[in-house]
Amino acid sequence: MSKPFVFEKPAGMRDTLPAFYQNNEDIKNRIKQEMESWGYQFIQTPTLEYYDTVGEASAILDQQLFKLLDMEGKTLVLRPDMTAPIARVVSSSMKHVAYPLRLAYSSPVFRAQQREGGRPAEFEQVGIELIGEGTASAEAEALALMSEVFKKSEIASFTVAVGHIGFVQELLSDILGNDDRAGDLLRYLNEKNYVGYTSHVKMLPLSSIDTQRLLKLLDLRGGIEVLDEAFSLNPNRVGQQTLQELKDLYHLLEDYDAAQNIVFDFTLFSHMSYYTGIVFEGYGAGIGAPIASGGRYDDLLSRFDRKAPAIGFAIRMDYFVEALGKKKDDTKRQCILYTNERRKEALKLARNKRGEGKRVVMQNLSGVKNIDEFSKRFDDVHYLIGTQQGEDFS
Amino acid sequence: MSTVLTMAMPKGRIFEEAVDLLRQAGYPLPPEFDESRKLIIDAPEAGLRFILAKPMDVPTYVEHGVADIGIAGKDVMLEEERDVYEVLDLKISECYLAVAGLPNGHDQRVAPKIASKYPNVASHYFREQGQQVEVIKLNGSIELAPLIGLADRIVDIVSTGRTLKENGLVELEKIADITSRLIVNPASYRLHAARINDLVERLRTLVESKEDVR
Repeated sequence: MSKPFVFEKPAGMRDTLPAFYQNNEDIKNRIKQEMESWGYQFIQTPTLEYYDTVGEASAILDQQLFKLLDMEGKTLVLRPDMTAPIARVVSSSMKHVAYPLRLAYSSPVFRAQQREGGRPAEFEQVGIELIGEGTASAEAEALALMSEVFKKSEIASFTVAVGHIGFVQELLSDILGNDDRAGDLLRYLNEKNYVGYTSHVKMLPLSSIDTQRLLKLLDLRGGIEVLDEAFSLNPNRVGQQTLQELKDLYHLLEDYDAAQNIVFDFTLFSHMSYYTGIVFEGYGAGIGAPIASGGRYDDLLSRFDRKAPAIGFAIRMDYFVEALGKKKDDTKRQCILYTNERRKEALKLARNKRGEGKRVVMQNLSGVKNIDEFSKRFDDVHYLIGTQQGEDFS
Repeated sequence: MSTVLTMAMPKGRIFEEAVDLLRQAGYPLPPEFDESRKLIIDAPEAGLRFILAKPMDVPTYVEHGVADIGIAGKDVMLEEERDVYEVLDLKISECYLAVAGLPNGHDQRVAPKIASKYPNVASHYFREQGQQVEVIKLNGSIELAPLIGLADRIVDIVSTGRTLKENGLVELEKIADITSRLIVNPASYRLHAARINDLVERLRTLVESKEDVR
């Protein structure tokens, strides 16, 4: 193996340069503020976790995990998501804090890229978890908060698609009468292979009504009317109850004034296998992948021995920033170029300006080779040069 | 708001066939596109923009979202396993994936060598059969490999079987039927739901009516 060039980085790892960093921070801080104003408390968890705890519980494919060994030979992973670590914290360090809990995070997560570049292997997620709350109000709160973040940031033509894993599973098992056959169809839906799903359904020995019910499932995408269409598929009692809950959820969202951008989509399946109830994804113009995603995960906490219903979502900062489009870096910086004789004067000027909240660079003239090139980088340059006293003459 | 949908298509015959389907589905496309070297073709009247790519690359453009929809062969979908919706079988460019080899070729090796343009499909297929093989990736003229001893068998698409025959090869096993599929980017599928649903439905009606005629 040849040694890497100095500019090379492991696949999918990226540098963030000043202009992008600042923009990213500004946007992130606004998102965090919104979450804080809803009473969510931010926490931080370690970058490294055990494979056997968080690695196993996370829904990220095994081959996407970065693994390493600790001194004792135990397998560690770079955290691939934040939901599993937070479940661990809630069931251990925060074991004695009563439910419901409202926690938030803003952290990089790591997912190895198998195939090629073009997608980062490390990216930042900002998200919330509402743990120990199983009601529709919790679902409404999560969806409303996500919508609020999108709305306040003015993401162009944002849409939130809401699906329900439980409804689909229940409907398939009900029609097919056994879970194995339902499993085959679920696999097609998961793979987004509707051609395969359709031809498989047509092969099954079913009444034409049942065949139609299964095929119609693929069309359950759209506004609130989709829920009525779903009722017409004649789901069993559990299914009907789910639909009623979704209707109620929609009305709750209307109260939040967050229903305009919601669409229902029963074909929505998440890569995250721990979801049990509603799942949702947020999209914005120009971004070919979900900018935010979340759902209800009522079984994850029991893996950490503190059983509780929970719901949460995460926003991918890289897509979110991209969706907002390129922004000119408008952070202004000034520079004081000084010579040794006037150092004190320069210090005083800098202190005053910094006190006013300005960003001020102090630079000794003798340390700069090309003054023109250097001063171009600033919005304002003050020259405190030579022995003469008095006003700076910038 | 009428947005333009970007559609990734393979160059050549599939493009012609697909454009023909779109015309029949009522999209006002010019009678012919003579700019044969252009890679981006706008069809503003139809609200479509075509990008012309290598067949194997179509799902990549769609997965990354630079194209909203695309037309890709099932062979490519199997090989690439991209995160896109496969919404409709267009029933064009029919062929199939098969294993072929020399007529009296008897694999004596523990792990026979398989040459293919579809290394993922080939390894997946033989693993499913419980067979140990070594896969060699080639980019074209796969039939050469068994003739000159690079590989024992090949995995390739067969449409008429003429190429195999002319090179003295025989088909050994069929892997899967192949047709062109309409694929959709997951985010576009929701953001441009109305336009994409309309396109899919128009094409579906057309494809199904053709099926009935047969």
